[in-house]
Amino acid sequence: MPVVKSRPVWGRLAPSPFARRHLVFCEVAGLGAVERAFAGTDSIRQRTSLNLIVPPDFAPARSERLDALGFEAVHEFPSVETVLVRLRVSLSQAAMGTLLYLAGGEAFLDQATCLAEACGVAGDGVQTEHCGSTGRRVQCVHCKGMMADVTMSPVVCDHCGLHLTVRDHYSRRLGAFQGVCADAEAPGVLPEPTRIDA
Amino acid sequence: MTIPFKTETFRDDFTFSNSEAAIRRFPFPFDRDAYMYAVNIEQHMPGPAKSATEFPIDIDEHYVAEMADRDLVLKADPLRCQSLPHMMTAEWDLLELLMTSMARDYPEHFSLERSGREWHWINRPLGIDQRFTFEDPATLPLSPMEYITRQCQGDFCLLDQRDDNLWMDAGIVTTQADWSLDFDLGMNFIEWHGPVPLAHEIGVFERALKFLLNLQQGRPVRRLNWTMTINPRLDTSPENYHRWGIDRTTVTPDNVGDKVHLRVELQALWRLPRSNAIVFSIRCYLIKMRELVTQPKWARRLHRVLRDLPGELADYKGLTNYRETTVAWLSKYDDGAPTSPGFHPD
Ligand code: HEM
Repeated sequence: MPVVKSRPVWGRLAPSPFARRHLVFCEVAGLGAVERAFAGTDSIRQRTSLNLIVPPDFAPARSERLDALGFEAVHEFPSVETVLVRLRVSLSQAAMGTLLYLAGGEAFLDQATCLAEACGVAGDGVQTEHCGSTGRRVQCVHCKGMMADVTMSPVVCDHCGLHLTVRDHYSRRLGAFQGVCADAEAPGVLPEPTRIDA
Repeated sequence: MTIPFKTETFRDDFTFSNSEAAIRRFPFPFDRDAYMYAVNIEQHMPGPAKSATEFPIDIDEHYVAEMADRDLVLKADPLRCQSLPHMMTAEWDLLELLMTSMARDYPEHFSLERSGREWHWINRPLGIDQRFTFEDPATLPLSPMEYITRQCQGDFCLLDQRDDNLWMDAGIVTTQADWSLDFDLGMNFIEWHGPVPLAHEIGVFERALKFLLNLQQGRPVRRLNWTMTINPRLDTSPENYHRWGIDRTTVTPDNVGDKVHLRVELQALWRLPRSNAIVFSIRCYLIKMRELVTQPKWARRLHRVLRDLPGELADYKGLTNYRETTVAWLSKYDDGAPTSPGFHPD
């Protein structure tokens, strides 16, 4: 696959001992990265709060694993949408010296970094690590609807029903790749489906 | 000299056409019989009388009809005109550049009287008479950028300069060759050029960016870009591609002359005085194959350029479906004679 020049490069979480507070937002897939990054840093863990997106089937194994983190606080959220509401509030109230950590699939990182940037948190103020699903978040250029976690191209738009080719073109402001009608020049004739999450 | 403005359309019944005078002044983009991407930037100096570059801002016979088409596009999709909050000073810079140029170069159509911050703008072709206070947005019916670019041919992007890059932080884009302002807003020079094939690899964008970062006030530059469009449609946006893409399948040997258009963008860049932003204008010119072949040199040359165009460029420009039919049609106008160097018809 060609290099996407507009695509962000994700990093690796490495908590900074100099930050006064640590705000972690992650998907379950990112929990392993959080455990690794925050292992053995008691003084940091006591100043860290975790905001975790917990799907219904995560319940059984949950509590020991979260308790073992030894964080100051752990908050659980049922969906990306709800955690983003919390992220917006947290950033608007964050004191100087707060560091933001994001871990999860690209679709989640897209939305969270996009929101953080809109709140003025970027550069050294935010660390990211890409884990789990490598699906892309895609915006339909025709109806402007967003889709999370797209793994194949073409894909049917959830919102307007057009078949979309996912282009290798990414907007950080929107946190999404561009989806463009796949069969405009030959209605009904679709290109061979290809994986875009490799 | 007054320009005879035409009544014509760029959609539905597509009544657009060029007068003989408009054909002669068409900014033909090929100075040789082959085409490849290059850093083709030159000073935006006044060209010969009546040419498309005689004045910094070119107003022609299509002005009134193009402004009506822009209004239709914006009514259907207001996201074609957007500006991030820090671009207000650049918007006023742009309004000043356009009003002063248009009033100076086309005094029979536009006039601008300035007394300190109190400005009086008259646009006769569009029937507008507006008094306002410069840099007071409350005294205009629209934001300064939207107000003036609804009265000026061409798309416009305002580029903020920071971190050794240019950022597309404002613009009005209704006559684009298949790219989306809404998607590209907030991107930098390298990011928004991401989809262009080959040019990154040969260093075109790196060198062009370096040049533009040093652009000086009062020394605007320009370049030509080109593609092809089926039917004289100004609004070939990705947003509407599911509606107009099918046009590319309607070309037959019998209708090439009327359906296939060469689409040339005269792009100019100015450094702006207050904001230090850059304005990038993209002025679109369309010409039908039937009109183009009235100039034998252009017919021969376009035939050769199109025939030999690298496949990646043809695909990127969306020519693939009708290239062969068009090349075959143009070949009737190419007797193999040598062409003279330079853009101008013989
Ligand atoms: C700074 C102002 C400029 C802006 C806002 C701009 C914007 C754009 C955009 C939006 C595209 C379409 C990309 C897509 O497919 O999505 C494009 C294409 C392109 N740009 Fe620029 N551009 C600028 C300056 C330049 C300069 C100075 C060069 C000089 C080499 C250049 C060379 C190109 C080329 C070669 C293409 C491909 C065009 C084609 O094959 O049809 N651009 N530009």
